[in-house]
Amino acid sequence: MSTFDCRVAFAEELINLAREDERIVAVCNDSVGSSNLVGFATEFPDRMINVGIAEQDMVGVGAGLALSGYIPFVCAAAPFLTGRALEQIKADVAYSQAPVVLCGMSPGMAYGELGPTHHSIEDLSWLRAIAGLGIVVPADPAETRAAVRWAAASATPVFLRIGRFKVPAVTGDAPFTFGTAGRLREGTDVTVVAAGTMVSRALEAAEEAAAEGVSVRVLNMSTIAPLDEPAIRQAISETRAIVTAEEATTTGGLGAAVAAVVVTERNPVPMRMLGVPREFAPTGNTAFLLSHFGLTAADIRTAAVHLARADA
Amino acid sequence: MLAADPRTAAAWRRFRQEITDAGPERRREMLRQRANQSRTADLHMIGRAGLGHVGGDMSVLDILTTLFFAVLRVDPEKPDWPDRDRFVLSKGHTAGALYATLAAAGFFPEEELDSFIAPMSPLNGHPNRVKVPGVETNTGPLGHGLPVSVGMAVAGRLAASARHVYVVLGDGELQEGSNWEAAMTAGHRRLANLTAVVDRNRLQQGARTEDTNGLDPLDAKWRAFGWDVHEVDGHDHLALLEALTAPRTERPTCIIANTIKGRGVSFMENLVEWHHKVPSAEQISAATAELAR
Ligand SMILES: Cc1ncc(C[n+]2csc(CCOP(=O)(O)OP(=O)(O)O)c2C)c(N)n1
Repeated sequence: MSTFDCRVAFAEELINLAREDERIVAVCNDSVGSSNLVGFATEFPDRMINVGIAEQDMVGVGAGLALSGYIPFVCAAAPFLTGRALEQIKADVAYSQAPVVLCGMSPGMAYGELGPTHHSIEDLSWLRAIAGLGIVVPADPAETRAAVRWAAASATPVFLRIGRFKVPAVTGDAPFTFGTAGRLREGTDVTVVAAGTMVSRALEAAEEAAAEGVSVRVLNMSTIAPLDEPAIRQAISETRAIVTAEEATTTGGLGAAVAAVVVTERNPVPMRMLGVPREFAPTGNTAFLLSHFGLTAADIRTAAVHLARADA
Repeated sequence: MLAADPRTAAAWRRFRQEITDAGPERRREMLRQRANQSRTADLHMIGRAGLGHVGGDMSVLDILTTLFFAVLRVDPEKPDWPDRDRFVLSKGHTAGALYATLAAAGFFPEEELDSFIAPMSPLNGHPNRVKVPGVETNTGPLGHGLPVSVGMAVAGRLAASARHVYVVLGDGELQEGSNWEAAMTAGHRRLANLTAVVDRNRLQQGARTEDTNGLDPLDAKWRAFGWDVHEVDGHDHLALLEALTAPRTERPTCIIANTIKGRGVSFMENLVEWHHKVPSAEQISAATAELAR
């Protein structure tokens, strides 16, 4: 199966948009290459603002551009964009309702061996607590393109989490709609709610679980905030358990968001959260870390099958 | 936590004594060779691992070698000795250069370099104080080392200790505002026990520093924040040594060390793409030959 680096789709769509609309600008932190913006910088040198290694400045500059009628795509490695400039994201972007598109590149554990300083697993927890900020985690190139296009037109503050870890095309004819989960597979026993890199693993897990007689529904929760609560409530009434899977910490990420919906139900269902525990990762590459933390397709299948059987 | 290698530590002690006893030319030659051995070890380590920040490693190694082999009052066998000098590598992406230096000084066995970035290795892509002796604080995100070093210098003063704090900063790194907040604090508090060395190689990750968000005039910036400034050739060990050990006034010291990214490997020098490109086996053997001269 061919796999894709979503940054490629991101960059191509951004260039397409920039050709159509001269309000589109890119802002980055010495990350023209790692954000895949070389093509953008070549075609639109004046609209590429590289502030150097200065993330707080970068987000503030983005807010200033947005408040002056431009549509800034502020791009940096996700851990530094979110962690370093968290207050700018809160005060200058979200609180001011400045329509900045914050693009967190290479999130999760894409920078495996570079260590926890370079892993962006806390980003979803941090940003989910900020009012008025949309959070989108595309699962594949098609969804990345659609999310880029939607974000530019939305005129609202948005965080896009753009993966570097290669993923297969999974969304097919389930197009991106902000705030709506894509139902990528029907199932009646268990629902797996996944985002980003975990979506293809969830589909693989569902396939394997089917071989064991467990029917798994797969929801692509590409919008983390605001969360598609109706899709979760429907899962609670139509399937018997929920598994969440994210390349982020379960302390406040997608799993926590879903759990907060589950507990408000009169008849909640059992749930398992797969993600990174509240623990700094050991040394290792991305694939090693994903299996170290139990985030492989096999781990998702085991969780789903176990929940289905425990409940049976 | 890794443990010291007593034999290498003993050799390091002898080396330091020889450096102290030697005349300037011999001293220069010993430090030059030592730095180039670390460059070679670093290149092999990165080649094996398939990852690393070669350009900035080559750039900073003369500074690290001069510090660890001629300046810092540290003991590889007692890495927690309270009155030791403190060293902080703020440009943490050049962990490889620090690991090669610490291993050569006996802080941990040189064989451990083989495990660089392997699963569960203590040698992560960025230095971790919890796992590696000689690492005083975790770095990786740029712009953290100077504020922490200011805290260490304030602590040294509170404890009435003679310890000195040295921190190495990247020049691109200086674009982070946190450095200037810390520079202001250090100048205001007259932290004479603090020395910052700027590895001024004029390149950052994607382009030349002066073309990205320029720093010049860099010396005037530090002076304006209340620091004494020396500018030296960052590959001239004797000039570095002199600046690092010069008598202090009542102000913190900044040494602007003019360096070349990729220094010592002709095909890497001053080329931005070698920020984190990984050399091939052939390139490593060519580089090894150059560095053995
Ligand atoms: C806060 C933060 N932003 C971005 C990066 C990514 N990054 C790693 S190295 C580097 C360039 C550093 O340049 P410089 O400080 O000049 O170091 P040197 O050229 O000596 O390697 C960048 C942008 C980072 N590590 N931390």
